[in-house]
Amino acid sequence: MNRIATAASEEPSYLGGEHSIKSWLLTKDHKRIAVLYLISVTLFFIVGGIAALLVRLELLTPAGDLLTADGYNRAFTVHGIVMIFFFLIPGIPAVLGNFLIPLMIGARDLAFPRINLLSWYLYIVGGLIAVVTILLGGVDTGWTFYTPYSSVYANGAVVLTGLAAFVAGFSSILTGLNFIVTIHKMRAPGMTWFRLPLFVWAHYATSLIQMLATPVVALAILLVVIERAFGFGIFDPAVGGDPVLFQHLFWFYSHPAVYIMLLPGMGVMSELMAAFSRRRVFGYHIIAFSSLAIAALGFLVWGHHMFVSSQSPYAGLVFSILTMMVAAPSAIKVFNWTATLHKAEVRFDAPMLYALGFLGLFLIGGLTGVMLGTLGLDVHVHDTYFVVAHFHYVMVGAVVMAFLGGLHFWWPKMFGRMYPQLPARISAVLIFIGFNATFFPQFVVGYLGMPRRYWEYVPEFQIYHVMSTMGSFVLGVGYLLPLIYLLWSLRYGEKASENPWDAVGVEWLTPSPPTSHNFHETPTVVWEAYEHEMFPGSEVASGRPAAVPSHSRLAEAD
Amino acid sequence: MQEFPILPERASTIAGEVDALFWGLVAFSVIAASAVIGIVLYLAIKYRAGSAADRSGRVEGNFKMELAWIATAVVLGIAVFTAGAKVYFDTVYAPADALHVYVVGKQWMWKIEHPEGPREINELHVPVGRPVRLTITSQDVIHSFYVPEFRIKMDAVPGRYTQAWFQATQPGVYHLFCAEYCGTEHSRMIGRVVAMTPADYEAWLESQKAGAVVASAATAGGTMASRGEQLFVGLGCASCHVQGPQARGPSLVGLMGTEVTLADGSTVVADEAYIRESILNPAAKIVAGWTPVMPSFQGLVSEEDIFQLIQYIQSLSRPGGASQ
Ligand code: HEC
Ligand SMILES: [Cu+2]
Ligand SMILES: [Cu+2]
Repeated sequence: MNRIATAASEEPSYLGGEHSIKSWLLTKDHKRIAVLYLISVTLFFIVGGIAALLVRLELLTPAGDLLTADGYNRAFTVHGIVMIFFFLIPGIPAVLGNFLIPLMIGARDLAFPRINLLSWYLYIVGGLIAVVTILLGGVDTGWTFYTPYSSVYANGAVVLTGLAAFVAGFSSILTGLNFIVTIHKMRAPGMTWFRLPLFVWAHYATSLIQMLATPVVALAILLVVIERAFGFGIFDPAVGGDPVLFQHLFWFYSHPAVYIMLLPGMGVMSELMAAFSRRRVFGYHIIAFSSLAIAALGFLVWGHHMFVSSQSPYAGLVFSILTMMVAAPSAIKVFNWTATLHKAEVRFDAPMLYALGFLGLFLIGGLTGVMLGTLGLDVHVHDTYFVVAHFHYVMVGAVVMAFLGGLHFWWPKMFGRMYPQLPARISAVLIFIGFNATFFPQFVVGYLGMPRRYWEYVPEFQIYHVMSTMGSFVLGVGYLLPLIYLLWSLRYGEKASENPWDAVGVEWLTPSPPTSHNFHETPTVVWEAYEHEMFPGSEVASGRPAAVPSHSRLAEAD
Repeated sequence: MQEFPILPERASTIAGEVDALFWGLVAFSVIAASAVIGIVLYLAIKYRAGSAADRSGRVEGNFKMELAWIATAVVLGIAVFTAGAKVYFDTVYAPADALHVYVVGKQWMWKIEHPEGPREINELHVPVGRPVRLTITSQDVIHSFYVPEFRIKMDAVPGRYTQAWFQATQPGVYHLFCAEYCGTEHSRMIGRVVAMTPADYEAWLESQKAGAVVASAATAGGTMASRGEQLFVGLGCASCHVQGPQARGPSLVGLMGTEVTLADGSTVVADEAYIRESILNPAAKIVAGWTPVMPSFQGLVSEEDIFQLIQYIQSLSRPGGASQ
């Protein structure tokens, strides 16, 4: 046994040791905070999911029969706000990123453990405010808060909801800040920038966006609140404001926010592709830089949400061509992931099925994104179900696949238990089928002209909504299954070894689950990213047969 | 629920172009996605763990190949962009001979007014075979004027004028939707566009005019310009904007479309938005040579009133237009 593991066996794991609620709520351990986030984002996913179910049930028939018009508007608003601000945006970074970034770079914790805990509290405060607004009857602005509807005309607790998003935004900013400093300052000896796992690169790019874009949406929401509460003319033209200004501010954040959700998912993808191909990722550097390119270009395309908003047609030209450019770095990632399978040793464990599912859904989401960036076509499909389908493919289909793929991949590390493979594989397949069944019909009904956010609709669209609602049941089962067998595994699952997938990365040198301080001694990195041959924790290190324990190299190294 | 439509009807000149763009991109996407999925599955199965496939000479990256791939993506992107921009610009500027229709959105209805006189709610009658230009605004929140069968959409933004145009090709009845979420009855802010043969359209116009005169004698009848003239007199505009020595404001005859020199020396083209601003916020742009005595009519005129005043001022530019 290597020294890290030996030393570790004397220390309790981060899950062991103190058990009191207080010790959890005041923890500064990034791993415990990640677990707190995991529990909370799951709860919010359920809240957002219930709202989604109401929406889908209402849309089964063209008449508005299940909910009132206002009830429906509130349901889709809750769905959007909760899923985006409280599930998708924190999802991968705050759970997997939080847990893994220090482990991956060989650090004992994030740079600012207290701020990390503060982030979680801000998130929870924002979330509780959101829950209170729901209990008070909700709000009907949609997650987009368009003015002057939100700032003057909307009914419901707009100010409180704005506050919820505002506070949650600061949680996101602080997480980004923490990650950036950690990645700059706390890498273990030998962990050069180009030995960083691509997951870390993706989070670095994500953090930049979180820090630079989130303040803008916070400001925009604040201005809405000011106009609503004090009647200042900011967005309302009746008192001299400019309603379209809000859209610029909002999308200046919310387009990059798509990448706050997507980039970490892409980071997970790179890890999964490398691990389950058991080879180095093809074109490491390009994948790393493409994350930065996406982050940078993502700031320049917000106007593609505004082609019919009265924005100048010439501005539309610029935003359209830049949108095409932002597709290039995504395309190169897909290309490189595919090339990673070449001469690989591909294993089809559950996480890999999720990764393949991501690829399929992301392809459809990305290609329809190109369609939407195409000026002449967007005029027709803008604000229809075509857009709804597109962004669900990217932000939900692909991102949740990646989230679940990552969770299945690192679950043994996080909780020290294996889960049963068969139900995990079944749920990956169910999600893929259910997702397509739910959202593919929405492309068709969108092109037919069904606008989004319609409580009632013309009868000829019904068939597609019936398909979609049926599909959503399959999808729901697919999303619920992991909840069952993962929880089951906590108690009954087989104990996980340090490196159950035979993957490469510093995190796989720690015990499963890791100790509170991650590393007894700071590890020294002597291998390139995903390089099995040099990795001390690998079964095939230096070509040794898998049966021979191969942990000596780390000992040599430190 | 028997209906199973696959594509919306194609009822405008632009619809075919948009559909061609759509199908082109669908074909491209299907090819691209099938290629990627095919290759992924082929490689994943061929190189599954334990298979006998040869794994010697594994490549860890090939910069040239990756650059080529990026270049391909960029070139394809530019091609798609160009095709889309071309179709888009066909929808932006209306032909000069277009019929003109004014649209005001409000929670939750569409109010439509034809210069010839007829006014409609949630309905728009147009002739086929002639371009129709819409000037759109909203009197409350943002709405969006959407006719899927024509493949056109344009937001109705309060405080601004937006433009859209189409030329219907098939007589028929089409959907009119509000596409921008606007509150409780957003999904009921719908109506229909009735495209008619030119003969039917003329007959419809006549019947509307006749009907309107019957309905309420003085105010409702006539053209938009004549309604505008009544407002012009009724609101007191005429007391300042007259020709001759007693004028306290510039003459508006021949104003529409000309370049106006402002007090600060800059110039501005007198279009519909400029007229609107002059009425609601006269202090924003002062015409050179005049004392800014014009009061704001904010709150005194509705969006429809302003459209009528615009039509009236426009009629002053036409030979034989009303005299001042
Ligand atoms: C008290 C006199 C007065 C009244 C009443 C008045 N205006 Fe004016 N208007 C002016 C003056 C003076 C100017 C030029 C200075 C300026 O631009 O404010 C002007 C400018 C304009 C212009 C810009 C003309 C140009 O040449 O660019 C328009 C259009 C206009 N008025 C329309 C109206 C309309 C419509 C009304 C009635 C609803 C109205 N005005 C009522 C005095 C008046
Ligand atoms: Cu965007
Ligand atoms: Cu509307």
